[in-house]
Amino acid sequence: MAGVTQVQTTLNGEVINFLCEPRQSLLECLRDVLGMTGTKEGCNDGNCGACTVIMDGRIVDSCLVLGVEAEGKDITTIEGMATPEGLHPLQQSFLENAALQCGICTPGFLLASKGLLDQEPDADEGRIRHWLAGNLCRCTGYDKIVRAVLQVSKAK
Amino acid sequence: MTSNQVLSEVEYNVVGTRPVRPDGVDKVTGRARYGDDTNLTGTLQAKVLRSPHPHARVKSIDTSKAEAFPGVRAVITAKDLPFASLSKEELGGDYTALKFATDHMMASDKVLFKGHPIAAIAAVNGHVAQSAMDLIEVEYEVLESVVDVREAMKPGAALLHEDLRTNDMGETADTPSNISTHMSYATGDLEKGFAEADLVMEKEYTTATVHQGYIEPHNTTAFWNSDGQLSLWTSTQGSFQVRATVSNILRVPVSQIKVTPMEIGGGFGGKITAYLDAICAVLSKKTGSPVKAIMTRTEVFEASGPAPASWMRVKIGVKNNGKMTAVETEMAMDAGAYPGSPVMQAIVCAFACYDVENGKVDGYDVVVNKPKSAAYRAPGAPQAAFAVESLIDEICGELKIDPIDFRLLNAAKEGTRRIEGLVAKRIGLVECLEAARDHDHYKSKLENGTGRGVACGYWPNRGFQSSVVMTVNYDGVVSLIMGSVDIGGTRASIAQQTAETLGIAYEDVKPTVVDTDSIGYTFITGGSRTAFATGIAAISAAEDVKEQMISRAAKIWDTSEDDIEFVAGMISHKSDEELRLSFKDLARQTATTGGSITGRSSVDPSGEGNGHSVHIADVSVDQETGKTDVTRFTAIQDAGKAVHPSYVEGQMQGGAVQGIGWALNEEYFFDDTGKMLNSSFLDYRMPTSLDLPMIDTVIVEVANPGHPYGVRGVGEAAICPPMAAVANAVTSATGNRMRSLPITPGKILEAGWDNDKS
Repeated sequence: MAGVTQVQTTLNGEVINFLCEPRQSLLECLRDVLGMTGTKEGCNDGNCGACTVIMDGRIVDSCLVLGVEAEGKDITTIEGMATPEGLHPLQQSFLENAALQCGICTPGFLLASKGLLDQEPDADEGRIRHWLAGNLCRCTGYDKIVRAVLQVSKAK
Repeated sequence: MTSNQVLSEVEYNVVGTRPVRPDGVDKVTGRARYGDDTNLTGTLQAKVLRSPHPHARVKSIDTSKAEAFPGVRAVITAKDLPFASLSKEELGGDYTALKFATDHMMASDKVLFKGHPIAAIAAVNGHVAQSAMDLIEVEYEVLESVVDVREAMKPGAALLHEDLRTNDMGETADTPSNISTHMSYATGDLEKGFAEADLVMEKEYTTATVHQGYIEPHNTTAFWNSDGQLSLWTSTQGSFQVRATVSNILRVPVSQIKVTPMEIGGGFGGKITAYLDAICAVLSKKTGSPVKAIMTRTEVFEASGPAPASWMRVKIGVKNNGKMTAVETEMAMDAGAYPGSPVMQAIVCAFACYDVENGKVDGYDVVVNKPKSAAYRAPGAPQAAFAVESLIDEICGELKIDPIDFRLLNAAKEGTRRIEGLVAKRIGLVECLEAARDHDHYKSKLENGTGRGVACGYWPNRGFQSSVVMTVNYDGVVSLIMGSVDIGGTRASIAQQTAETLGIAYEDVKPTVVDTDSIGYTFITGGSRTAFATGIAAISAAEDVKEQMISRAAKIWDTSEDDIEFVAGMISHKSDEELRLSFKDLARQTATTGGSITGRSSVDPSGEGNGHSVHIADVSVDQETGKTDVTRFTAIQDAGKAVHPSYVEGQMQGGAVQGIGWALNEEYFFDDTGKMLNSSFLDYRMPTSLDLPMIDTVIVEVANPGHPYGVRGVGEAAICPPMAAVANAVTSATGNRMRSLPITPGKILEAGWDNDKS
């Protein structure tokens, strides 16, 4: 069996260390090593976006990143989106706009949307549709998700 | 005009409002517990070895090397399932059914589709289990396979089951066949009907195998305790269904099995069948540890239950004014490896939108070397609607009649007798068609190069058993306990019906979905039944609470129960204005008047209201590439009463978009032998946000007389019209009729080339 490596990373604002095998993905490390099950597995091959996290300001599919690649990085997962003061505006907007049905894709969509609005706070509908095309939702037909992100965007 | 309209007939206090769902915060913060988030101490991971061949005899399986691999704790094959040690004599008439159910879960003598389970391994982690899979040695004798439904029906086709005999309208054939069942319904005089017609058209249609495409893969965790109690934590649309399946295959009484339904990441009918539960249970028994399995996406495509491919012939006769005189169809659907396609629903739904005197429908359930098909949102009906609604569009073109006027002229309404004999109760198809005709989308001008199509859809909706328990807390908040899995907002919609009945606020009802030991039998979340049937259970349990509250008030006021009324959350003496208590005030006094109040109800309602929807699609077709873009889409549907309009809109939009995918992109590609070639989300192309416009909605409310608030199911009717609506729009844009799904760019270009040649 492969040996384990110690990885130091900043996860949701906190510096942490964890042990992982070189073959383990970041998704597996988050879920199985760190017990943070908010990040979801939908395909494990980079095609559905359910496992989206933000790494150094970029959205990535955590199933396509190795755990060891998290070394020295700054990672935000769904567990880091709300604060003790309350939900992130996108989380609140998803609730109010009924932008989720089964909810399995929701953490990925929230992180992807945050990744967009952090960089482009005035993204319009076309930009939002283009940006979120890497995240699959099978329940909603995307209408209410796009509306929820538009409501938080400064584009009017 | 706003993009989402609700045409309400009746207003209520809570029913019809749009509160935030009780499970919402957990789902936007990642705290909600889905099946794969279950993590019991000492859990082993299971992997399933699957057949690489679509059709083969299993000569031998040698698991010894895998068993010896470090970290492997157990390996099982079909020999470890009870069926292997039961004789045909012992099982009698149950033999074939149990053989099919067991073999589907794990093959014994033959594999019948690529992905068919052949063995399973439990190991300390998934990587170890995966590595050990290569060490299982299986010797196959590869057999000729059959993939196409019509090929499989031919005499001399490769046979899947040597002992399968066609059940032809109750008569069993003498020789084996891949045709499991032939079913037929007829009404009126078909010959006379076609003779009366001024125009008769007859065409053939095909649709491809498609998948429900839920984002969460199948998963389960099993723990078989040493006291014999088996616990399962799983992603399912029906916890009692899983319990029944596992009980049947493992020959264990249902009361020894507890199924806890975890949050479910989509199902659409595909999470009714239990694929992994019995396998993990047997591995748990063998190892003494909890065992968990999660399918890969490839396994989900290759070994869960897609919707069948179909072949359909439709014939319709009409008078010059558009009045239909006779209809006929023959439909064949591939069930996959074992009998059970939804062709019965297909033929029953095919002409259900129309009031026509003479008709005949025939259906064929056919086995082929593909994964066993499963339910997919209105199973059978979308394929049928594609064929029938396409032919109607063609007839409208021939007669130069507006397609909505044609449908209004022939629409089914209250009292219409359908081909299978059922008479329609109050339904809202006419109202939906009128809403479509009056919608600014339908009145808007089309731009050059674009086309517009309309189509109708029908799904009967279901009732069946549901159980609800509710307790009144001292602070007046009601705990609502149910067995219906919440797949898209039913905690909210059942809580709303509870609050409405009790006259209290939505926020004062706390819903919880519980395991099979904690509530009475509840049928699956499927068939568009939950808001209706579990809603009725909740209303009935709330009535039980009201009666008990009245009896407490009678005790407090030392009067007869007949003197007391319960109106809008207030309990009052009918003739003494001074004697009034709010729900909360009385709840506070339960401890001193006899103890806690629990309302309960188990129901099996039959008053489900049929669902109808009408869709309008605009498309533009790129002449160079043949690519179709949906540019505008409006979904109209009769919800009876929309309990939570946002969630009803969500069902309409989600159904429409799955249908758009079915129409334009989605398809299993098989090689000649039945090996799927595109088993990933990259190659099985579902619609993304970039492929779509907003989906406008109109909720029509024609109250269902079979529900106290008029509720009809809404989940399924929405996926019936979109394929024909899109296909008809493509014809409107290009002049070419597309009778085979999906309508790929290649097919559009080829149709254009054929035109150039002729």
